[in-house]
Amino acid sequence: MSIATATFDSSGPEAGPRSEDYLWTLNFGPQHPATHTTLRLVLKLDGERVVDALPEMGYLHSGFEKIGEHLTFNQYVTVTDRMNYISPMANNVAWHHAVEKLLGIEITPRCTYIRTIIAELARISDHLLCNGAVGLDTGAFTFFLYGFYQREVIYDIFETLCGARFTNSYTRVGGLSQDFTPLVIEKIRTFLRTFPKTLDDMERLLTRNRIFVDRTKGVGVLTKEEATNRSATGPVARASGVPRDLRKDEPYLAYADLDFQVCCASAGDCYARYLVRMQEMRESLKLVAQALENLPAGDINVGMDERVARPTKQQVYSTIEGTISHFELSMANRSFEVPCESSYAAIEAPNGELGFFIAGDGSDKAYRARCRPPSVLHFAMFPHLIRGHTLSDVVAVLGSLNIIAAELDR
Amino acid sequence: MPFTPPSVDDVLTGLTDRFGAMESSVFRDQTRVVVPADASYDVLAWLKDKGFDLLVDVTCVDELENREATRRYGLVYLLASTTTNQRLTIRVFVDDPDPTVRSVVPLWKGANWLEREVWDMFGIRFTGHPDLRRLLMPEEFTAHPLRKDYPLQGRGERHNFPVITRDHS
Amino acid sequence: MAMMPSGSGGKLELPENVVVSRLDALANWCRKNSLWPMPFATACCGIELMATGASKHDLARFGAEVFRFTPRQCDLMIVAGRVVMKMLPVLQRIWQQMHEPKWCISMGACASTGGVFDTYAVVQGIDRFIPVDMYIPGCPPRPEQLIQAIIDLQDKIQLEGTITGREFDTAGRQLRKRALVEIGGPAAIDASRNPVMQRELAAAVEAITSGT
Repeated sequence: MSIATATFDSSGPEAGPRSEDYLWTLNFGPQHPATHTTLRLVLKLDGERVVDALPEMGYLHSGFEKIGEHLTFNQYVTVTDRMNYISPMANNVAWHHAVEKLLGIEITPRCTYIRTIIAELARISDHLLCNGAVGLDTGAFTFFLYGFYQREVIYDIFETLCGARFTNSYTRVGGLSQDFTPLVIEKIRTFLRTFPKTLDDMERLLTRNRIFVDRTKGVGVLTKEEATNRSATGPVARASGVPRDLRKDEPYLAYADLDFQVCCASAGDCYARYLVRMQEMRESLKLVAQALENLPAGDINVGMDERVARPTKQQVYSTIEGTISHFELSMANRSFEVPCESSYAAIEAPNGELGFFIAGDGSDKAYRARCRPPSVLHFAMFPHLIRGHTLSDVVAVLGSLNIIAAELDR
Repeated sequence: MPFTPPSVDDVLTGLTDRFGAMESSVFRDQTRVVVPADASYDVLAWLKDKGFDLLVDVTCVDELENREATRRYGLVYLLASTTTNQRLTIRVFVDDPDPTVRSVVPLWKGANWLEREVWDMFGIRFTGHPDLRRLLMPEEFTAHPLRKDYPLQGRGERHNFPVITRDHS
Repeated sequence: MAMMPSGSGGKLELPENVVVSRLDALANWCRKNSLWPMPFATACCGIELMATGASKHDLARFGAEVFRFTPRQCDLMIVAGRVVMKMLPVLQRIWQQMHEPKWCISMGACASTGGVFDTYAVVQGIDRFIPVDMYIPGCPPRPEQLIQAIIDLQDKIQLEGTITGREFDTAGRQLRKRALVEIGGPAAIDASRNPVMQRELAAAVEAITSGT
C-alpha cells in the first residue's frame, strides 16, 4: 500500500463525520527545517486546522541493529554515538550498561560516578537543544542561541575529557577510555558555577513570554492514561503526570546515593514538557555537583580477573597476568566470555527509557542488538496529539516531543 | 549496592494457575516466560489487567544460527509496571512459513509501530493490526533485512538509483 | 567604461572610483561572497552544521550564513549526514530544484563514502548519484573544517568560474577539445617536436621554394 492510499488512524477524539470536500493534503518533510532532520508528515487539513496526520519515517534508517551483529561490544559504542546525536554520552552509557548486565560485570565506584556525571551533562545538553529548538520553532531565536552557546561549553568539557567534541565513544566494557583529569574537573566546576545564570536568563526570556505561552499551553495534550498506553517515557510521560523515572525506580550507576527529585507536571501539553525539561536541567546540575564532590578515588576499569577491560600499560609491561590479559583481549575469538542468553537493561536517557536488548551467542559480538528507542514511540503518538490543532502548532508539538531522526530510524 | 528488581513470583503463580504450566527462567534478575503463539494475546491481556500497564518494547530475534533453537523467530515482549516497577519478559516463538501472531494493538496503542517494525525487519505478520505497512524500509523493498540470511551489505539495492551528472541537472 | 578625457592625446586615464576587471572575475566575486547554503542536514553532521551557524563559530563572517530552506533560493547544498535509500530520491529531487549556478559540499564521512555504515540501506557516497564539488572528511567534521571547506569553495569559484557557467558544461568542454584535434589537423600540433612532421614540413617548404 502506498502512502497515498494509506488509511488514516481515525480513532482520535476529533475524528467524526466531516465534509471531505474541503480537506486538502500537505506534505511536510522529509527535508524541512522544523522537522529537525528527516521525518515526514502527511497532513490532512481543513483550512488551517489539522484533521489528521500520517507520520512517515525511515528516511535515515541505516541498519544500526544489523551492524550491531557484526561489531564487537567495544566497537559498537561508536555506532551508538550516532544514534541520539544530541546526547551521545548517554547512549554510550546505556549501551555498556546493557552489555555489562549481560556479562554480569559490576563496575568500579569511580566509574559509576564518572558515568553519572557525563550522563547528566549529556542530559543538560540534550534538553538545551530540545528546548532551544522549541523556542526556535515558535519564533524565539535568541533563546536558541543562548542554549547553543552552553552546549559548546559542554562540548568543550567532553573534548578535554576524551578528545572528541560530540561523537565521544567514551565508555568501554567494564570501564571508561579515559579517567578524569584535574583540568576536566576544573572545567565542570566552572560550568556548574556559570550555567545557573544562563539558565535563569533563559527562563526569564521564555517561561513567562506571552507569545511562547500562548503557542504552547494547551497544545498537544497527552493524558496520563494515554501516555502509559502509548508507551511514553521520559520527560514526555512525566509532563503528563506519570512519575516514572528509572533513576529513582530502578537506581543504576550512582543514583541511589545522590539526592535529586523527579520533575513532573500534570498538564501534559507542550508547555508542561518545556517546564519539565527546564526543571530537569536544574536537577541534573545538582546531581553533577554532588557526584563531583563525592567522586571516589580508585580505578576506573574493573580488575584484570574479569577479563573485559584492557590492563594499563604499567600492568602489561610489569606483570605476566597483564601481558596475557592484554594479548587475549586483542585476539579475535579469545576476548570475552559471553553467555548464550539474552537480557535487557535500560537507563533514563534524556529522551526517555533507552534500553538495549542484547542476545549473546558466546562470541564477543551480539547475536542481536536491539535498541529500544524512545523517539519511535513518541513520534507514533503524534497524530493523536496534533488532531484538532492548527498547522502552526505542528512544529511546537514536534519540537516538544524531541524526536531525533537517527534514534527514530536507527 | 546493586538494585534488585521487585519479585514477580506471584504473577508467575497466577499465570500458571490461569493458563497452565509455562516454561520460565531467570537470568540476571530478569524473568522470562515462554508463551505459546496462540495464547500470547490472552496472556498479555491478562498481564495488562494484573498491572503490567507499560509495553516497553516488542522485538524479535531470528534464531536461524542458533543450533539449539527449534523454531526460527523468537518474539520478545518487554512489559513493565508503572506502579510496582516489576518487569517481565514474554517470549513467543513462531516458525516459517508464514510466521503469525495476534497483534496487541487493541491492548496497547504503543504497539502499533513496534509491530510494524517487526514486520518490516523480520516479516512476521500480526493479525488484527490496523495498518501493517513497512515502517523503515521503502514500500517497494522486498526483503526483511534483520533476518540472519540477509547480508549486511544488502543485495545491491543501495546502488540501484539513477545517476545525475552536471550535464543534466 | 572609462570615459576618454578630451585633449589627453588619446591616452586612457581612469578616474579613481573606477575598477577595471574581467566580467568573469566580477561575477565570480559576487557569487563567492553570497553563497546561500541549503542545509540538507540528515544526521549528526547537521548538529555541527547548526553549531557552525550558531554563536561561537558564526558562519556569517564568510558570507554564507543565509540558510534558506527552499532549494529554489539556494546555490550551495551542504549534505550533512548519511543519505539512505529512502532519502536519495529526495536528495536528487532537491538538487534538481536548485537553480544554476549551484555547488555541493559533501560534509562528513557518511555523505562522502558511507562512513562506518557499510550496510544495506546506506548509499555509499552521494557522489555516485549527484555531482559533488567539495568533500569534508571527519565523523563529524568540526565547524572549523566546514568553514575551511566554504573558503576553499570560494577560491574554486573565483579561480574557475565563468559568467556563462562554462565550467559546469563538462560534456561541452570535452567536445571542444576533440574538435580542436580533428579540425586543426596536424598543423595545429606543435611540429617542432615531431621528426616525421618536421621532415614533411621541410619537404613541403622545399617543394614550394624550388618549384616556382
